[in-house]
Amino acid sequence: MTQQFNIDTVEHAATTPDTELPWAELGLKQNEFEEIVKVLGRRPTAAELAMYSVMWSEHCSYKSSKNHLRQFGEKVTEEMKKDMLVGIGENAGVTNLGDGWAVTFKIESHNSPSFVEPYQGAATGIGGIVRDIISMGARPVAVMDPLRFGAIDHPDTARVMHGAVAGIGGYGNSLGLPNIGGEMVFDSVYQGNPLVNALAVGVMRHEDIRLANASGKGNKVVLFGARTGGDGIGGASVLASESFDDTKPSKRPAVQVGDPFAEKVLIECCLELFKGSLVEGIQDLGAAGISCATSELASNGDGGMQVELTSVLLRDPTLTPGEILMSESQERMMAVVSPENVEAFEAVMEKWAVEYSWLGEVTDTGRLIITWNGETIVDVDPRTVAHEGPVYDRPYARPEWQDALQADTFRASEAGAGLPATGEELKAAVLELMASPNMCDKSWITNQYDRYVGGNTALSAPDDAGVIRVDEETGLGVALSTDANGRYAYLDPYTGAQLALAEAYRNVATSGAVPMAVSDCLNFGSPEDPDVMWQLAEAIRGLSDACMELGVPVTGGNVSLYNQTGSTPIHPSPVVAVLGKFDDVARRTPSGWRNDADGQAIYLLGTTRDELDGSEFANIRGHLGGLPPKLDLAAENTLGAILINASRDGMIDAAHDLSEGGLAAALSEMALRYGVGARVALDDLCERDGVDAFTALFSESQARAVVAVPRSEEVRFNDMATARQYPVVRLGVVDTETSALEVQGLFELDLAELREAHEATLPKYF
Amino acid sequence: MSSELPLIGDYSPATGAALSGARIGVVTFPGTLDDRDAARAVRLAGAEPVSLWHADESLQDVDAVILPGGFSYGDYLRAGAIARFAPMMSKIVDAAKSDARLPVLGICNGFQILTESHLLPGSMIKNDHLKFICRDQVLRVENNNTAWTTQYAAGQEISIVLKNQDGQYIADEKTLDALEAEGRVAFRYVGWNPNGSRRDIAGITNEAGNVVGLMPHPEHAVEAGYGPDHTGTDGLGMFASVLTTLVGGTK
Repeated sequence: MTQQFNIDTVEHAATTPDTELPWAELGLKQNEFEEIVKVLGRRPTAAELAMYSVMWSEHCSYKSSKNHLRQFGEKVTEEMKKDMLVGIGENAGVTNLGDGWAVTFKIESHNSPSFVEPYQGAATGIGGIVRDIISMGARPVAVMDPLRFGAIDHPDTARVMHGAVAGIGGYGNSLGLPNIGGEMVFDSVYQGNPLVNALAVGVMRHEDIRLANASGKGNKVVLFGARTGGDGIGGASVLASESFDDTKPSKRPAVQVGDPFAEKVLIECCLELFKGSLVEGIQDLGAAGISCATSELASNGDGGMQVELTSVLLRDPTLTPGEILMSESQERMMAVVSPENVEAFEAVMEKWAVEYSWLGEVTDTGRLIITWNGETIVDVDPRTVAHEGPVYDRPYARPEWQDALQADTFRASEAGAGLPATGEELKAAVLELMASPNMCDKSWITNQYDRYVGGNTALSAPDDAGVIRVDEETGLGVALSTDANGRYAYLDPYTGAQLALAEAYRNVATSGAVPMAVSDCLNFGSPEDPDVMWQLAEAIRGLSDACMELGVPVTGGNVSLYNQTGSTPIHPSPVVAVLGKFDDVARRTPSGWRNDADGQAIYLLGTTRDELDGSEFANIRGHLGGLPPKLDLAAENTLGAILINASRDGMIDAAHDLSEGGLAAALSEMALRYGVGARVALDDLCERDGVDAFTALFSESQARAVVAVPRSEEVRFNDMATARQYPVVRLGVVDTETSALEVQGLFELDLAELREAHEATLPKYF
Repeated sequence: MSSELPLIGDYSPATGAALSGARIGVVTFPGTLDDRDAARAVRLAGAEPVSLWHADESLQDVDAVILPGGFSYGDYLRAGAIARFAPMMSKIVDAAKSDARLPVLGICNGFQILTESHLLPGSMIKNDHLKFICRDQVLRVENNNTAWTTQYAAGQEISIVLKNQDGQYIADEKTLDALEAEGRVAFRYVGWNPNGSRRDIAGITNEAGNVVGLMPHPEHAVEAGYGPDHTGTDGLGMFASVLTTLVGGTK
């Protein structure tokens, strides 16, 4: 191959120390560039500069959050570690499911690309997280997508919403992965910075667990999958490390383009490689492409690797070495193969018609050496690229405005005046709530996703958790839920992050599964703003404290910073995913009662307080202030145990957690799930908890759930709740005759009317 | 019959033991997604699923073939347009047209491959609303005399899963009239036409009745707990039908 450009070799760099390098354009700060020169003992070559710049970006190095993220590894008991097979730091954590099965899951952000080019940004978000799962040796079995967009009626929201949803569907559907849940939130704080997070979960046998390391001198390094092109060059550092600023349009290019067909073939091809034990180590190519894969593989293994860069198969032959190293072309994997398996490896590639090229081999020199036609262009200690990047102790301080914000309660505000009190007013308020952007029916989105493929989906949206069967013989399976409430976290980031965990934990338990592990995607503004840095520090401290108390370890995750437009950050949005385990998914609890449930008793578990600050009701009224609902992790733990035991012992036929929208939302959603009505009364609840009907319906007090109990199980159910000293109150009964939600003495809401209001919102705007 | 199926796990034949000798091939193309699901459906109906690889040329003596759903070759060209050239497809086309009349069922992408192979008339274009759609769909069985529909009553309404991007069935008026006149519309959408298909057509058959193609997915409605609304098993009848066809020799 011939090149028109001059190659900046290590030899050349050593003799030309004063050459000007575009480190600032590549997103490096002066002190970082100086550090690189110090590490190398000379100026970096152009190729080395490209590698360091992407690997030391916020996105890849976690330089602003690393000091805080340590708590996830520190606040862990031995008990929490017992089922953790692979912890934080690998492509994704791995948890023991029993019977020789293991599960791996992870959530990541693809926020900035999804604003620039919503379809491809969201699609490649799914593609990237799925490759992380494959890299662990697992078969991906499902995906989820927590989404946050700008105001529903803003003209740009439709562009992002249509593109992101179609991208997630277009990519995930083509991979044969059921999409089993997620979130949808509209809030103007996300207008210039939507959040598109993606979760993938995979399963494997214990013996199939693979790690990203290159060990064994003489083993071969191979790059396979799609060819390397010019897409996404510098995407990691350029897109994710600087916020959008209208004066710098040049910072908005280069979103990667996805090819789901190539990824589907790659999945099957990798699983065949794992089955034949044909790879020693494997790593997907995501952010920072070959720079990341080579430096991470080398530094996690024996510490040395030699690679000839002209061996990389290209889509665009004009790419420079630096561009090849930085390219974020999708659907690529790098593996380490022992010489005796080379032939078998190639046979698998031929079968699936996957292109591959042998780049080099593992060495014991402790150096990552990359050559271009034999001339050395990179000679680095891979650890300095992958793991020893800069770490910042960013200054942070509680924002000056926080006190005033917390003092501004909904009840005392103008928006909180004249609250609904009569039956008619309450009925209208329930209708308004259920038609509101965040509470309306989401099937406009979920109907664009395949939830059935694979034949193992036992529950999916709108149920509380997505449930996937893992073992068809025994019914062993997993449940997953993702949650975050940016408003709660804005009012109090410490508690807000904990409330996100509490809700995801509650959702998983509501489905009947035992919560086991956590993955988090921390979406925040600029860490260079002390207010934002305080939010981030508080959220991490809160989440790690709560994980410890609930006994569920964080096994992996992602931090997404600089989510802001100009100087306005998004609400702190710590999205928490909880994974739970089912001994048999056949006993999962759906979120609504069916038409064979006539006369079943409807109970509310938990205590209702006057907690409307940050609520959906306050949001509809345009108010945000005060303190989020009180967190009680001991109560969450007991509630979870009751819901799991009730499922195991067949005491409940339906269960739904109370979260945004409170009891009004829960009862409405349970009735709408299968179109079956109910008759309830609030008097006992109001008297016991000392609240009025409005508060009973709209408060967002935590640690609550509604369940439907067959008549024959009522005594047992009550006994169990009493034995655990958990508050329980009988609200009423399922009524298959009325086709209405009747709140006695207040109102009767026809289900057809409720459904029409609930389902009309998204189609109206999109 | 279908409601007696175990919820999960148990693969014991749901139909008569005499049928368990049947071998039904499930073809995998690059990009096929629902091949495992089709194999599961075959197993639950009481037959043995046999994996067939698109690039191979042996039908391995199977008694019937299923072309499952997915996005073969990414559907980047017309759906099914590349898959039809697979070596396995030419064997299937020959066997379907032979005197033995090999029963062939094409589901979703499989249906698209059957029209591209000219075993069935017409074609599929993008859904009229331009979006992928996944929903529980009610169909009416219009022809219960095909190799894949004998277990249903004529006019029976069944609920199975629909999920596709390019599901709008089209053909010229003359072809559509002929399909209607010859009773070759096998399934029709009921209640709502989810993709703009001509005359609400969800599935069709060839003249001999051994080749059937449909857009919705019967293989996703064979196991209570994992089908439409997490309860339905109406799709199992299609797999049971072909077993009856194979042993009874009835069309």
